[in-house]
Amino acid sequence: MTRAATEATESDLIQILTPDGQRHSHETYDAYLGDVDDQMLRGFYRDMAMTRRFDQEATALQRQGQLALWVPLRGQEAAQIGSGRATRPNDYIFPTYREHGVALTRDVSFSEMLRLFRGISGGGWDPRENNFHMYTMVLAAQMPHAAGYAMAMNMEQHGWDEERRAAEGNAVVAYFGDGSSTEGETHESMVFANSFNAPVVYFCQNNQYAISVPFEVQSKVPLVNRAIGYGMPGVRVDGNDVLAVLAVTRWALEHARSGKGPVLIEAVTYRLGAHTTADDPTKYRMSEEEKQWAPKDPLIRLETYLRENNLVDEAFFEQLSTDADAMAAKVREDAMAFPVPPLAKSFEQVYAEAHPLIQEELAWHLEYEAGFADAAEGEQ
Amino acid sequence: MTTTMTLAKAITSGLDKILESDDKSLLMGEDIGRLGGVYRVTDGLITKHGAHRVIDSPLGEAGIVGTAVGMALRGFSPIVEIQFDGFVFPAFNQITTQLAKMHARSEGRLTAPVVIRIPYGGGIGSIEHHSESPEALFAHTAGLRIITPSNAHDAYWMIQQAAACQDPVIFFEPKRRYWLKGEVDTETPALDAFKAQVVRPGTDATIVAYGPLVPIALATADAALEDGRSIEVIDLRSISPIDFDTITESVQKTGRLIVTHEAPTFGGIGGEIAARITERAFLSLEAPVLRVGGFHMPYPISKVESQYLPDIDKLLEALDRSFAY
Repeated sequence: MTRAATEATESDLIQILTPDGQRHSHETYDAYLGDVDDQMLRGFYRDMAMTRRFDQEATALQRQGQLALWVPLRGQEAAQIGSGRATRPNDYIFPTYREHGVALTRDVSFSEMLRLFRGISGGGWDPRENNFHMYTMVLAAQMPHAAGYAMAMNMEQHGWDEERRAAEGNAVVAYFGDGSSTEGETHESMVFANSFNAPVVYFCQNNQYAISVPFEVQSKVPLVNRAIGYGMPGVRVDGNDVLAVLAVTRWALEHARSGKGPVLIEAVTYRLGAHTTADDPTKYRMSEEEKQWAPKDPLIRLETYLRENNLVDEAFFEQLSTDADAMAAKVREDAMAFPVPPLAKSFEQVYAEAHPLIQEELAWHLEYEAGFADAAEGEQ
Repeated sequence: MTTTMTLAKAITSGLDKILESDDKSLLMGEDIGRLGGVYRVTDGLITKHGAHRVIDSPLGEAGIVGTAVGMALRGFSPIVEIQFDGFVFPAFNQITTQLAKMHARSEGRLTAPVVIRIPYGGGIGSIEHHSESPEALFAHTAGLRIITPSNAHDAYWMIQQAAACQDPVIFFEPKRRYWLKGEVDTETPALDAFKAQVVRPGTDATIVAYGPLVPIALATADAALEDGRSIEVIDLRSISPIDFDTITESVQKTGRLIVTHEAPTFGGIGGEIAARITERAFLSLEAPVLRVGGFHMPYPISKVESQYLPDIDKLLEALDRSFAY
């Protein structure tokens, strides 16, 4: 690959916190970290640790046959907590199916999230409560929704000046991955959002693999280079650096909110675990590579920073561990206790308005099922 | 008050009414603004309602339907246009995996009241992908509603009923009937958009048709009358759901049923109607339900499309077979 073929390079990666826990200043992005005090830093660590513990518990539940599937995020905690914590409550989030950490920042209940994976709900949580949309399993299908949602926000904010938009305006964050960057709907979404100046922050977690296929099969150049083709700013950030991700996403949201249109963020990260619990990464990647990424773990670097600057003591980690275990136990208990809704419930949810075929088939279904109940009674 | 207008203008007037009465409604599609649509169905609406409500979109069907879904999630009611039937497929994923399922997946919390307008059908002498009838592909997907008007009065009202519906509606417009004039009563609403209508009563056999073939079914009934056969014609109007009650009632009276559509017979709406009516009115049937539809081939080259499309002769031939049974 020649230099001329690319815009972004490794050296363009925005980084505030290095893998060995050293904090650097950045002339553009320090301004977006002014309010980050010791307590917030501890909070980010706590968010990431809780997310990882939840991920671990859900993986265990799947292994024990209690979930149909689980989508692990280990390694991507900083990208998710940093970006999620940059949003305001009125912003709307379109996740993929791996944004468990972002969900935490939106106060979506971890227990509720398992309803989808336990096979007792098609969605799981109420998207309107936390402005956190349902997970979308069809890769990139949520991308045009994000553009349309933001176009609608623009219509609501029609006539607002930049100041008002910055203060009260809303934005959308569209999460996607390196795999879904190839889907046509990602492209169409970006065209629409740019043409209509829609306030979308496109947040790509480039975790290097689409199941087994490495990133270079999706793109020969850094993904962020695509931004220029659409006419939007693009930023490449160290996705394992929670501070850099927070700062960059805050900047991007400010840009989008103020009416300047969408932004593309490529958060460079690494999926430390499997794509899903149905996956086996040993078949497609070398343990050497995993070893290279292991020390870049987002939790390790923030822990190092917190310890070296005496912002935490052992009691902090002990308490966190206790809290995380309690959360995991609660999640497990809740998941096992969720009632399975009857199929009859599904009939009601197909259409918003009365529908004769649904009514006819529901009536048949209920009568058929009732026949078994009658037969059971007769046997007794 | 009744006004004479073409079917296309009736849709324009209906859209105008929607934009006037619902400030959350908007139109979006390729070339629908300044040009007024390739069939001019949205002609003049951008001037009256502004470019923020009559949106010339980028050229991408998945983007059009996908952004409409996003707008609906934010409380808007988008009515989008797919320029031609054969161009809906880039949006197929958005329609079937997203739009149709939003209400079910969210356990009824979210609605997606999007209307997708699609000019459909052949008989216009066009090149490939401009004459197709893909309704069965969508009818197979739960969560969608599919309606199609056959006359100006229905077109005026049904587009408004589609817009008012909380479910996603695909509104198929019979493009070869765009210029068919009819009386539109703008004060008396049409009947329920999801009901069929007996448009000509008869006693000896029933023909079910929809969209572009309703005028042909009516002409067939005229021709059959010369042979002394009284044919009842039903305009299906709604393809999903299908108003089986109206068809059943008719067949219980006539004992014979022909279903016709331009779409290929195999796997088509006619098969569904035949099966259901056989279940519901088996003892009333004097002959098997017959279907008159397209052949199992890609829509043919236009120079021979007249041999492919159902017409009066094909319907008369089917009636003969039914009566000979």
